[in-house]
Amino acid sequence: MDVGLSHYLTLSAVFLALGVFTILSRRNAIVILMGVELVLNAAALNFVAFGKYVATGIAGQMMAIFVIVIAAAEAAVALAIILSVFRNFNTVQVDRVDRLRN
Amino acid sequence: MDPLMTSAIAILLLPLLSYVLLFFFGEKLPRRGDWLGIGILGVTWVLALRIFAHFWTHDTPIEQSWTWVEVGRFQVDFGILLDGMSAVMLVVVTTVSLLVHLFSSGYMWGDRRYSRYFAFLGWFTFSMLGIVLSNSVFFLYVFWELVGIASYVLIGFFFHKNSAADANKKAFLVNRVGDFGFFLGILIFFTAVGEFQYGPLFAGVEQGMIGGSLWTWAGILLFFGCVGKSAQVPLHVWLPDAMEGPTPVSALIHAATMVAAGVYMTARLFPLFSPDALLFIAYTGAITAIFAATIAIVQTDIKRGLAYSTISQLGYMVMAVGVGGVMSGMFHLTTHAFFKACLFLASGAVIHAMHHEQDMRQMGGLRHKMPITFAAFLACTIAISGVPPFSGFWSKDAILGAALAFGMTDGHYLPFIFALLAAAITAFYMFRIVFLTFLGEPRNQEKYDHAHEVGWRMATPLVVLGTLAVIGGGIPMLGMGWFDKFVQDPGVEHGATVHATLPAFVDVAHAAPQHEGDDQQTESHGGDQGHGTSADVPESMHPVDPHNVDDAHGDAAAGDHGGGHDVHHTAHNRAMIMSIFAAGLGILLAWLTYGRKSISSAGALAAFPGVHKWLSNKYFVDEFYNGTLVHQTLNATRFAAAFDKHVIDGIVNGVGAAGKAAGKLGGLTDEWFVDGLVNAVGDLLRNIGNWLSTWQTGRVQNYFLGLVGGLVVLILVVRAGWLS
Repeated sequence: MDVGLSHYLTLSAVFLALGVFTILSRRNAIVILMGVELVLNAAALNFVAFGKYVATGIAGQMMAIFVIVIAAAEAAVALAIILSVFRNFNTVQVDRVDRLRN
Repeated sequence: MDPLMTSAIAILLLPLLSYVLLFFFGEKLPRRGDWLGIGILGVTWVLALRIFAHFWTHDTPIEQSWTWVEVGRFQVDFGILLDGMSAVMLVVVTTVSLLVHLFSSGYMWGDRRYSRYFAFLGWFTFSMLGIVLSNSVFFLYVFWELVGIASYVLIGFFFHKNSAADANKKAFLVNRVGDFGFFLGILIFFTAVGEFQYGPLFAGVEQGMIGGSLWTWAGILLFFGCVGKSAQVPLHVWLPDAMEGPTPVSALIHAATMVAAGVYMTARLFPLFSPDALLFIAYTGAITAIFAATIAIVQTDIKRGLAYSTISQLGYMVMAVGVGGVMSGMFHLTTHAFFKACLFLASGAVIHAMHHEQDMRQMGGLRHKMPITFAAFLACTIAISGVPPFSGFWSKDAILGAALAFGMTDGHYLPFIFALLAAAITAFYMFRIVFLTFLGEPRNQEKYDHAHEVGWRMATPLVVLGTLAVIGGGIPMLGMGWFDKFVQDPGVEHGATVHATLPAFVDVAHAAPQHEGDDQQTESHGGDQGHGTSADVPESMHPVDPHNVDDAHGDAAAGDHGGGHDVHHTAHNRAMIMSIFAAGLGILLAWLTYGRKSISSAGALAAFPGVHKWLSNKYFVDEFYNGTLVHQTLNATRFAAAFDKHVIDGIVNGVGAAGKAAGKLGGLTDEWFVDGLVNAVGDLLRNIGNWLSTWQTGRVQNYFLGLVGGLVVLILVVRAGWLS
């Protein structure tokens, strides 16, 4: 069986769906962060796929590398925030961090 | 300034000073200030005597004016004119006023408003002296009204009594009627001639600046002032009611201050009256004389009897001026001032002694208890009845002579006949009062037992005035006819001047050099006019027959010189005989009726019931006024009050209620509609906000869900091609 663009896109869509579902359904900040990583990687996979099958040049691959770099930076910052939240609230459950509400 | 002029200013201002001092500080003074009023009047009296003495030997008037107000070409001066007429009046007014002051200090002693009373007396005297001294009709009118208001407060001095409050209202209102005419008359003369001062005004009339029926009507309007103030028919109704004032005030009003003003004005302004106006004046006076005399017969109140007597005597004076006898009118005014003041003060003494009993039917026999009062009253009664050689005889005889001469030359005998009848009636009713009050037996023993002679304060004025009533008409040693030294009939030249009625010509000619020195104090306008006329007028007066009354009336058909002279002499001789006869008849009848009682007064009443009814009701004049003027006026005022209450107030209240209703409606609209709208908008926004705020949970995941949901919907829409 030939692997074509649609396969990549389908896999990417599955990743996106899983990531979004994880973000929406979980309360744990770390798990949500993992969902975000899934969404980012779905987007990166799309860039690569479109770079290989549709565009000429290496713009798609370059964009994927940017995404990976930014995701790494984002993860570092987000984990630092989560660590800080844990220190202050003694929890990483996002629905319990509601001091600014009301 | 002429020392006499200084005296005249002092005479005018001193009573005013008395008024001011007593009004503001009277209550703080010992004896509450009566000595101050009496003392000031005493000084005034001495000054007046000085002026009187000067004019005994001199007959040149003295006049001086000060600019009072000046607006463009319109100028009003305040001026003082001193001549024989004003000199006599000064003495009369100050004498009577001084004696009334003295009498009042006994009569009014113990009154709560004692010092206020003396203050008002000073004011009254000041106003009257202003009338006497003024040299222009303008200030004559000003002081005229001051007299009116002073009489108002004094007649109503016992204002807590309703009758006194009514009486002063009545006096004031009735006088207003006359004053209105007086003012109109002044305005007509001012419009025609353009002058207020006597001299230029008389000269203007003399030159014919006013004529025809306007002249006559203007004169009659002027005379209305006299009708009101001097209580002539038909405006006499206030005078009897004015008896509600304190008795010394009645004496002052009747003798010197108020009613005399009218006669003095008529005499002073004599040249302003046309022949027809003078005829009107003569008839008014004659009718008043007989009218009031008949009413006086049936009065039972001693003061009211005297009041009608005054009206009758005033009628005499007015008639005298009307027939051209200015001298006789003023003469009678003078003698009448003495005996009528005395009669009133004596009646005040009687009332005082009888503990405020005024009804003569309760008196009788008082001669034993009050010999001084009786003597004074009897002397004055004889004087007023016209028995020679008492003062009243001379003046009344002069009037009757003038009236008869008028009849013989002009054919109007009615004034003389009325006057003669009134003379007889006067003698009758005055002796009736004497018989009822002082003679006979006491009719009320209890009151009689309490009666007592008055103290020296009240007795002195009686004695002085009684003496004057006896000798005032002429003192044999000084010559009988002293009075024509001071006042002459118009047209009758005395020496080289006609100053009695035309003072300003003489004055300006005489005083012009000294006036040129101080223009500040003299009215240059009047002075110029005076210069122009002073040369002409004496000449134009020369052809006038000096003794002919016709010419004074402007009658074209003047008799020859000798004839006119004879008429006067014949008239005087006949009038004298007839007046003595009339007085004797009146006294005899009074004696028969009330002394010997050979004529029954009750029988006379029974014989003429209708006559008594008319007389005792004063010819129903008051009822006539009440029925017509007063009643209609009251109806009109009631109608106006009702109109005001129901219609005007209704409209006002309606407008108010409508405004209130509109306000309420507006309030409701505001509350329910405007506020509702505003609240609705607010509520809506708040509800929206509340609803929207539920969306803002603060949970990023919720927002993200929405975001994803929205994205899904968007994709579906795009995929379905709904947007294209």
